[in-house]
Amino acid sequence: MHTSKLPIYFDYSATTPVDPRVAEVMIPWLTEHFGNPASRSHSYGWEAEEAVENARAEVAKLVNCDSKEIIWTSGATESNNLAIKGAAQFYQARGKHIVTVKTEHKAVLDTCRELERHGFEVTYLDPEPDGLVDLDKFRAALRPDTIIASVMYVNNEIGVIQPIAELGEICRQGVGNGAIIFHVDAAQATGKVLIDLQKLKVDLMSFSAHKTYGPKGIGALYVRRKPRVRLEAQMHGGGHERGLRSGTLATHQIAGMGEAFRIARLEMAAENERIRMLRDKLLDGLGGIEEIYVNGDMERRVPHNLNISFNFVEGESLIMGMKELAVSSGSACTSASLEPSYVLRALGRNDELAHSSIRFTLGRFSTAEDIEFAVKLIRERIGKLREMSPLWEMFKDGVDLNSVQWAAH
Amino acid sequence: MAYSDRVLDHYENPRNVGSFGKDEEGVATGMVGAPACGDVMKLQIKVGPNGIIQDARFKTYGCGSAIASSSLVTEWVKGKSLDEALGIKNTHIAEELALPPVKIHCSILAEDAIKAAIADYKAKHEDAQRTLPKAANA
Repeated sequence: MHTSKLPIYFDYSATTPVDPRVAEVMIPWLTEHFGNPASRSHSYGWEAEEAVENARAEVAKLVNCDSKEIIWTSGATESNNLAIKGAAQFYQARGKHIVTVKTEHKAVLDTCRELERHGFEVTYLDPEPDGLVDLDKFRAALRPDTIIASVMYVNNEIGVIQPIAELGEICRQGVGNGAIIFHVDAAQATGKVLIDLQKLKVDLMSFSAHKTYGPKGIGALYVRRKPRVRLEAQMHGGGHERGLRSGTLATHQIAGMGEAFRIARLEMAAENERIRMLRDKLLDGLGGIEEIYVNGDMERRVPHNLNISFNFVEGESLIMGMKELAVSSGSACTSASLEPSYVLRALGRNDELAHSSIRFTLGRFSTAEDIEFAVKLIRERIGKLREMSPLWEMFKDGVDLNSVQWAAH
Repeated sequence: MAYSDRVLDHYENPRNVGSFGKDEEGVATGMVGAPACGDVMKLQIKVGPNGIIQDARFKTYGCGSAIASSSLVTEWVKGKSLDEALGIKNTHIAEELALPPVKIHCSILAEDAIKAAIADYKAKHEDAQRTLPKAANA
């Protein structure tokens, strides 16, 4: 029986709690060992620098790259900005065309829009209805003047895993004018899928700490050295991080991210299996409900994510009826607007299904009891809301809703 | 998003959910909104021979504020004449439910639903009205 005051958390894709082990590692760097890692002249600085480099090595180990290729940022949003703007500005003599996908996070899409205002041209590809990028369509979109392509590893709304290895090969081959820089937003991927940058032909990769049980406000950017990738810095003032990202390093944040990624590396395999079982248990429990649709491919998907549309019931009203659960309808980024999820729209879902979607994302601290409670609650509330729904009534009466003339406002 | 207590009340305990029988006397239906907008309200009124709304039912596809607005409306129209019901404004609804600015459109839709239901009633009873003897005013 769920008794605590806070709802049961099913929104791990929005953010994760800091693992207690990570918090423990961070605290000494706040009050005791508070030195600036750039202070070269005393041990406060030296020990902070050591902690930063150890953490850097942990991040590098999780993704099998060299420490020197990891740059600290304030989060994946900043990493995305630095990668895309930085590469665009550096390589613009070669061309001014960028390729990305409509289902990318706003951090990528808005950055591309900003570059469009500065004379760049962007192609926003449609994914297939299952959420995945089609390789032939991707290749066809590349031009001799394309300089960067950006595709996220794991989608935050529907959890599908893009074919990064294949896309990387295509970019490295290019279309007759040298290789195309390939950027991957891996914020939702760390700790969920195995990432091997020795094998993947990826040039830039963004990481976030708070999606992998680390603190908010810290992230990293992988910048390949072989072959060398160049960027124009976006933050100036001191030349930190090889001149790519100025600003005093937050030792406590960095130590936290390092520990979080270390734990992820060690526990990922077992954790994913446990979470997959829980997610499947949730899907099974809801399976008996009529007219539900899973959004996104189920196979090429991380085990944490279940995004379902409950037809004829509006998402926000469903969430309101499930106050004991913390979930989201559409992504956190779109919740402030009145528009249905742009990701689901890009999949070709009609507006009603987009408005009726709920995203459940499980994590390290989710339990089987949580799932059982959720299933029971959802079945009850769906029943109640469908009784209240004129669309459900019409469906039951055999009316084809597509044929109705709505008196829209 | 934090909802006002009154919205929560209407959501947990909606008044007059349902539909009248298809052949019931004096029933009119107003359906407004569109699934594409995430809001569809169906409001039914049952009007007595004296032109007073005796009963009302609603079904709504939409957020908590939309459900609350339409539920409230079914309470407010009961006992009113058609003209009085037309006097219900979205601002009254929004105030009663303490709707935030981003949800005002729900109250507007509820006002539209009343108008649509009454228009439907008038359309159905136009013929009947024309043949009614003006006995009451004689």
